[in-house]
Amino acid sequence: MSPGGYAGKWLEIDLSKDRIEEVEYSDKMLRQYFGGRGLAAKVLWDKIGDKWAELDPLAPESPLMVYTGPMTGIYPGSRICVSGKSPISMGTVGSTAATEMANEMKSAGYDGVTFLGKSDKPVYLLITDEGAELVDASHLWGLDGETTLIKLNKEVTDELTKRKPNVGLWREPGSIYIGPAGENLVRNACVMSKVCHAAGYGGYGSLMGSKNLKAVVAKGNGPLPKVDAPESAKLLWRQTHEYLIGLSGMRRMGTGYAGYAVGADTSSEPIRNWQEEWHDEKSFGGPMFETRFWVKKKWADFNCTTNCMKVSCIKSGKWKGDITDMPDYELQAYCGTNFGIFDPADNIHLSTLCDQLGHSGINGPNSAAFGVELHQRGILSDEDFGFAPEWGNADHFDKILKMMAYREKIGDILAEGTYRAAFLIAEMKGLKPEETLKYAVHVKGIEIGAHGTRSDKDYTHDISYAANVQGGDHTSTTQDGYNDMSGAPFTDSAVFCNFTYYGVPQSLVFDFAKAITGFPINLHQWRSETGPRIITLQRALLMMGGPDLKWIPLKDDDNPPRFYEPLPSGPYKGKTTDRELVDTKLQAYFDTVGWDSNGIPTKETLKKLDLADLEKSMAKLR
Amino acid sequence: MAKPIWISRDYEACSGCRRCELACSIHHDGWMWPEASRVRVFMPFPGVEVPHLCAQCRDYPCVSVCPVDALSVDDLGAVIVDREACNSCSLCIKACPGQVPILHPGDNKAAICDLCGGDPKCVDVCVEAGYDALTIVNEGPSIHRKLYSRHPVETAKDIAVKMFGEKGEEVIL
Repeated sequence: MSPGGYAGKWLEIDLSKDRIEEVEYSDKMLRQYFGGRGLAAKVLWDKIGDKWAELDPLAPESPLMVYTGPMTGIYPGSRICVSGKSPISMGTVGSTAATEMANEMKSAGYDGVTFLGKSDKPVYLLITDEGAELVDASHLWGLDGETTLIKLNKEVTDELTKRKPNVGLWREPGSIYIGPAGENLVRNACVMSKVCHAAGYGGYGSLMGSKNLKAVVAKGNGPLPKVDAPESAKLLWRQTHEYLIGLSGMRRMGTGYAGYAVGADTSSEPIRNWQEEWHDEKSFGGPMFETRFWVKKKWADFNCTTNCMKVSCIKSGKWKGDITDMPDYELQAYCGTNFGIFDPADNIHLSTLCDQLGHSGINGPNSAAFGVELHQRGILSDEDFGFAPEWGNADHFDKILKMMAYREKIGDILAEGTYRAAFLIAEMKGLKPEETLKYAVHVKGIEIGAHGTRSDKDYTHDISYAANVQGGDHTSTTQDGYNDMSGAPFTDSAVFCNFTYYGVPQSLVFDFAKAITGFPINLHQWRSETGPRIITLQRALLMMGGPDLKWIPLKDDDNPPRFYEPLPSGPYKGKTTDRELVDTKLQAYFDTVGWDSNGIPTKETLKKLDLADLEKSMAKLR
Repeated sequence: MAKPIWISRDYEACSGCRRCELACSIHHDGWMWPEASRVRVFMPFPGVEVPHLCAQCRDYPCVSVCPVDALSVDDLGAVIVDREACNSCSLCIKACPGQVPILHPGDNKAAICDLCGGDPKCVDVCVEAGYDALTIVNEGPSIHRKLYSRHPVETAKDIAVKMFGEKGEEVIL
């Protein structure tokens, strides 16, 4: 009998051989790695081991994980965690998306799926109470995200009704899927759900695409898994929601008012590929989105009362028919200000386009803006694009995002992600890599979220990205090697949403975690043991890297060059990231987690964290 | 004698959080079990959410069709299922204009909203969260409750058009 909160079974599917097996993991392994991000890193390491650096993430033998955690569905804010060897960072990312697919899978009796191999034709996986089956997806391949979801909802509901017609109406299943960007192996493409939600960081859309896997669909009729202390869990469930219901600002606005505020107040919003971080464009204010476009102001995912999501729809004009969420702040920035766009309708359109194409709305547009700055600098030409791209022109960015998804002209190179594109373009133009890399806003290949560090007024600072095992991922930033351990490393492994976490006392959440699993877990234990174990394993895999790149300790544990340019405008004009502070805090961070001065885990740390099997690989890096 | 009540539904106000299902199943089954819930939120397209539950038709076609007299109506106006008597024939589902009843995924017996004896847990959590998508009303005789008993996907198609305009015609097959 598995610990509380787990269904107790994981699927392992070899797509090359059409083979589906059920596997279980030991109580010890679950206690040590929990689920989602942590467990995926552990299973990856166990499967690949010292051959890590030789593994091409887009090769058939590269595993893809779709995991829940023990708290998924039960704790508010249901999410799925997608992981594997990241095609852009070459480490691992626990990339999560809000979706009912996660709790549906648990209701069907499974905690997760590990995919291996490559199908010879497009397929999707259907998980039900009766087990898992691969279904031909040839008719879905090439379709945009929205059409894929509309068709899946209909055909799966019809099929399940046909199989069992007398039990009452069948509801639509939960699904995650890829769009054309993932199919065409755009390296930083995302895994999508619910039209506008995404597991964005890590590039797992391309990993799915490389396996000819269009979607993972689940419909379960069973209860959520039993927990260790049900009466406590039920009480804690109500208490947690009471806190969430009190988050009045988040519930009213989500992050949809930040497209103006982050630029105007904290000077940390990307503008024209981060050339500036301050603006005072009132056309881009929250009310301009809400008043004209928000058709649903309280939209939530399963078991969530934060309801930070708001549904937007354009009902007139040239982008008529576009449906997405707010957009949230990240996409207001990356599909708006970072393109020099300050028009809400244009921004909603480009956000919708990313959803449709399956571009990660942060990462894909980062690469697009990078390309346009290279044109501005005279490095890329009109011929490279087929036209002269202009900042602020939504039609131009519409074209570039499509060129990337379908790998046309310069889009084919930008589709390799910003970091790799910098090298490829430098080579193409006979330049030194430094000459293009200075415009590439990424850390460890992962394009940075829309929160700058130069003003020091946002929540992101000096080593927020520089020390992060998930690079530019703004949802999982680093701080001091202790407090940050109970942030995303915890929520991505327990697998629930950050926005149902921040605002609830952490001690209460850990009581909830204990009531669900029965593990001897508390806040300090997680911060000093489980969190560091997961992060140390992720760090080790990241620094092993390969096969096409290897991160250099310290040199690559840094912010991009642009973050050291002085801010050119606004109230914080002249401010920049404090390099001395970065160096000092980086060493303090390494020291706290138990890594050497190059950030390589020490032998003692590996032993303490029960990671001694990493010693051979780490000794080589030391 | 308890006064009849009815759960009024405002589809546009529903956030899709589905906490009603969790509260319902915790009350009736002791744990979180969305597909055993007597209220189920359908979402055939994201953002279009339809809480689907018994509409308490005046003529209660489910009750009259039951071949083993397992269904009855209590003072509140709720349909009460005698789970011992139910033979899982699913005729009540077919007789219902909105196909609201389900066969419980645990014991395969008919499950229909019983209004929690007058204190519906789904309404509790919905109102607590400020959504008011489900509220209790003491409706007058002019409310034709049966008209709410529709296939949820048909209801969703109407909501989609109201939310998304012409585009709404295309988002649900």
